[in-house]
Parts: sequence; structure tokens; C-alpha cells
Amino acid sequence: MSAPCLEIEGLSATLANGVRVLRSVSLTVEPGEVRALVGESGAGKSMIGKAVLGVLPPSIRVVEGRIALEGTELGKLAPRASRALIGARTALIPQDPLTALNPSRRIGPQMTDRLVKILGWDGTKADQRIRKLLDDVRIREPDRVLRSYPHELSGGMRQRVLIAAAFAAEPRLIVADEPTTALDVTVQKQILRLIVELQREHGTAILFVTHDLGVVAKISQKVTVLYAGKVVEQADTAALFASPQHPYTRALMAATPRYTDPMASLRPVDEAVLAGLSAEIATADRNWKPNARGSGHD
Amino acid sequence: MVEARALPRRTNPRLWLAGGWLLVILLAAIFAPLVAPHDPLAQDLMLERLPPFWVTGAEPGYWLGTDSLGRDLLSRLIYGGRIAFAVAFAAAIAACLVGSALGLVAGYFGGWADRIVSRIVDIWMAFPPVLFAILLVAVLGTGLSSVIIAIAVIDWTRFCRVVRAEAMSQARMDYVENARIAGFGRLDIMLREVLPNVLPTIIALLSLEMGIAVIVEAILSFVNLSISTDDPTWGGMIAEGRLSIHQAWWVLVFPLIMLILTVLSFSQFGEGLKSRFDPVLR
Repeated sequence: MSAPCLEIEGLSATLANGVRVLRSVSLTVEPGEVRALVGESGAGKSMIGKAVLGVLPPSIRVVEGRIALEGTELGKLAPRASRALIGARTALIPQDPLTALNPSRRIGPQMTDRLVKILGWDGTKADQRIRKLLDDVRIREPDRVLRSYPHELSGGMRQRVLIAAAFAAEPRLIVADEPTTALDVTVQKQILRLIVELQREHGTAILFVTHDLGVVAKISQKVTVLYAGKVVEQADTAALFASPQHPYTRALMAATPRYTDPMASLRPVDEAVLAGLSAEIATADRNWKPNARGSGHD
Repeated sequence: MVEARALPRRTNPRLWLAGGWLLVILLAAIFAPLVAPHDPLAQDLMLERLPPFWVTGAEPGYWLGTDSLGRDLLSRLIYGGRIAFAVAFAAAIAACLVGSALGLVAGYFGGWADRIVSRIVDIWMAFPPVLFAILLVAVLGTGLSSVIIAIAVIDWTRFCRVVRAEAMSQARMDYVENARIAGFGRLDIMLREVLPNVLPTIIALLSLEMGIAVIVEAILSFVNLSISTDDPTWGGMIAEGRLSIHQAWWVLVFPLIMLILTVLSFSQFGEGLKSRFDPVLR
């Protein structure tokens, strides 16, 4: 069997003051698979995405564990080589389409830059490719959009542009970091549908970071549930929703609003569950020693 | 998210008024020999302290009157504009280049680069600027280039601080992270992603700095530390006018008006340009 598209093993990261933000996280994403990464705010979901893409903030240090893209371990590469690999194999669909596009540059050059300057495509080919993808994300006036500045487009349009840009270079893995959170509810569904559609068409693996279990159920095949930087439960999506094993997962599901019975199901995650988890984590942290083979990628 | 369309472009009276005034002064300064009615240095003691044209006792051809040595005020103002603008452009551009480059590097790269640049700026700003300028000119010797160097050496910190802060906030933006993921080098990102977003600020600051350079030059010539006393400068004229304020108020008032209007125009022009250049405000 070929190597998984993304393999994270025992990844731990700390803040400068030694507080752990990721606790021995292990997960894999197989080629062409959508894995959802769920958890509350601050659970470290986005951290994992940033670690994979090599853009962790300087305040956060990876102290142990390894990340491998298609079998190549990033920590073993020279920084430049690891950047090149990440650049060629991955892409990001960001959370906030408002800040993910450069406000002072037109959309067109922003989208083709990577293809032409990093991947060495010919300008015409890159242009055709971008237009094809804009068509795929249902942008009907590519000429106008390519000539626009980001502020001239709506949030939904910008997110479409970013999705098109993410798929343009045929990455093997896309990290989607809560791509619908900043959008109107009415637009969210369309965007999700587009992502799934393009994902199937291109066979791209996606690490889909979200806090929305409804989204998880719709788009993913596998789920990893995260609490306080620790993996609580991993399973096939269908299995997880059918019979969640961990009390925290059950509590999280119970806390999700349902349209059929909105008020009844709106209750916060059970305090006792959280207390149990926190105690468990505290014990683990006390016994934890960062091990020496910590890989030092930035 | 509402479709955010660009507002229809409104003419900005501030921009046009300020720009117009600056253009007039600039053209007058460039073509001074053609425009000025008299030789700015020609003294004529028969014509001393002539009042401006609307006051009785004015002499035709001396529109704004003459000073205590009988030199034509209008001509001196025009020639003074030459020096003011030469200093404004040269000093502001020099300060801008040095300050913006250091600020951009400090703000975008952070870490050691930032620490070093920021410490230098802190130390620099501990000197009182006007004293610093006077000291510098005293050391370098008077002359046009000394004044320009002094202003650039003192005021680059203004650019450095603002550009650093701006570059820092831009460096945290997602599009910078995106470019990083795509595999672009840091220098590349700094110049292509960060710089264009800092540029409107730099332009506004550049114009503001030109105004400040005009003031500093006036201060230096007021204390007789600018260029040779023979050459007409606005600051020098104000200093001379101060001595004869009771006999001939116009010798003081006209260069003062020129100075104020010009400095004001530079700052307004900068603000106007900023909103013009900024794609989000535009």
C-alpha cells in the first residue's frame, strides 16, 4: 500500500512558557479522503493545520513527533526543501476570505502567481487553468473577477476564488481551516458543496478543520475529535455518529443545535465530562517528558 | 456579506487645492528667473520698505513691497521657494528611502532585525530634533547639502516607526501566510505582498515629511544656519522681517504665509493621495 497522503505521529507542541497546546496528536489522511478535525475553539485544530503547512507562529514550538507528506518526513528535510515540498503538494482554504487575499493586488495575478513563479507554468497555461477553475466554482464573469481587487467582491465570491486557487495547482492535500465560518449561513452550504464537488473531481485529500458537527457529517469520511490539543476519538464518520464512544464526543453531539427541536438540544457540554477530561490531561502532562527526537521544523 | 462595490469617485477638494498650491509654487520656483519681476539680491536703498501694492506709497512693479534693503519681496519669496522645495524633495526622499527600508525589514522579519532597528530608533529619538539639526549643520558646515543631510539623518526614524508598525500588521495577514505556504521566499513576499499595502502610508508620510523639511529648513535659516545669508530663504526672510516688524510688517508676514500654506498643503496633499492610492478607501 502506498504511503498515506498525510501522516502525523505523536505531534506535541508547546508555547514559549512550556504550556502544551498539542498533546501527542496522531492522525492520518489517506489519498482522496476527507478527514474532519473537530473540536471547540482553542482545541488546537488550526494549530495542526498550520503545523502541516509549516506556518506555525514563532511562539509555538514543535517539541516532538513527526509530520510526513506522502511518506516524506518534513522534519528531516532542510527548511528550503520542506517549504518546496509543502508548496508543491499542499494548499490552504483559509478561514477568513477577507484577509486571505492581498487588498492591493488584483485577483488575477494573485491566483496565477503561484503557478507561474513557483511551479514554473507558462503564463497562458496558468491563465487557462485559473479560468477553468473559476468556472468550476461557478464564477460566471471570470474577466471581471480577475481584474477586480478583493474588496470589490463579496465574501462568498472571495471564498470561491480562494477555493479555485487552492485546487489550481493540483495539490495532494488541502487544509481547509473552517472555510465557512466567516460566511453567511446562506452561502455556507454552496461553498461546502463546491469544496466536496472539487474534492471528488480532483481526488484531493482534505484535512477539514471545523467546529461544526453538521458539516462533519456532510462532507467527511473520517473524523478526529480534539479536546485541549489531545485526540479524544477517531473513527469513520458514519460510525462516530452512529455510536460515539467517548463521553466528550457524545456531549459535543448533544450540544449541537438541531432544526427539528431547537431548544431541547441546546445544552452546553456536560461539566462532569470536561472535568474528567481535564484531570486525565493534567495527569498525562505531569508524566510527560518531551522526548529527544523532537523534529525541529519551523 | 454584502456586495462591496467601489464608491463612485468623488473629487477631493483638499487634494486639488493643496496640489494646486504646491504646483504653483513648484512651477514658480523652477522658472524663478522668468517669473520673478526683480533680481532677489538687488538692493536699492531708495526703495527700502515699500509697502505692498494696495497700501498707499506702493511702487508699481513691487507687488509685495520691499525689505529694509530695498529688495523685492515677491522675487525673494519665489527664489526662497526654490531652496524650500529643493530641501523638501531631497531631504524627504532620502529620509523616506532609508527609514522605509529599515522599517519594512524590521516589521516584516521581526526578531533580531526588529530588535536592532528599534533600539537604534529609540536612541535616535532621544535627541531633541531641532538641537540635533543645529548641531549637525554646525558640524557639517552650512550649505544646501548639509541642511538636506541633517534633515534626512534626523527624520528617517519617522518613516521607520510608521512603516515598521504597518509592515508588522500586514505580516500577520492571511495572504502573507498563504504566500508562504505557496513557497514564496521571504524577500519576495516582503516586496510583493507587504510593500504595496504599506505604500499608501509611505506616500502620505513622504508628503508630510516634505512639509516638515520646509519647516526645519526655515528654522535653520532663521537661526542663520542654513545656506549663505545672501540667498533668499523663507526662514531667513522671517528673521529679517522680525527686526522691522513695526516699520514694515509685510517683510515678516508674507514669508510666514508662504511657509504656513506650503506646509499645510504638503500634509493635506499627502492625506488626499493616501485615500486615492488605497484600494480599500478608494
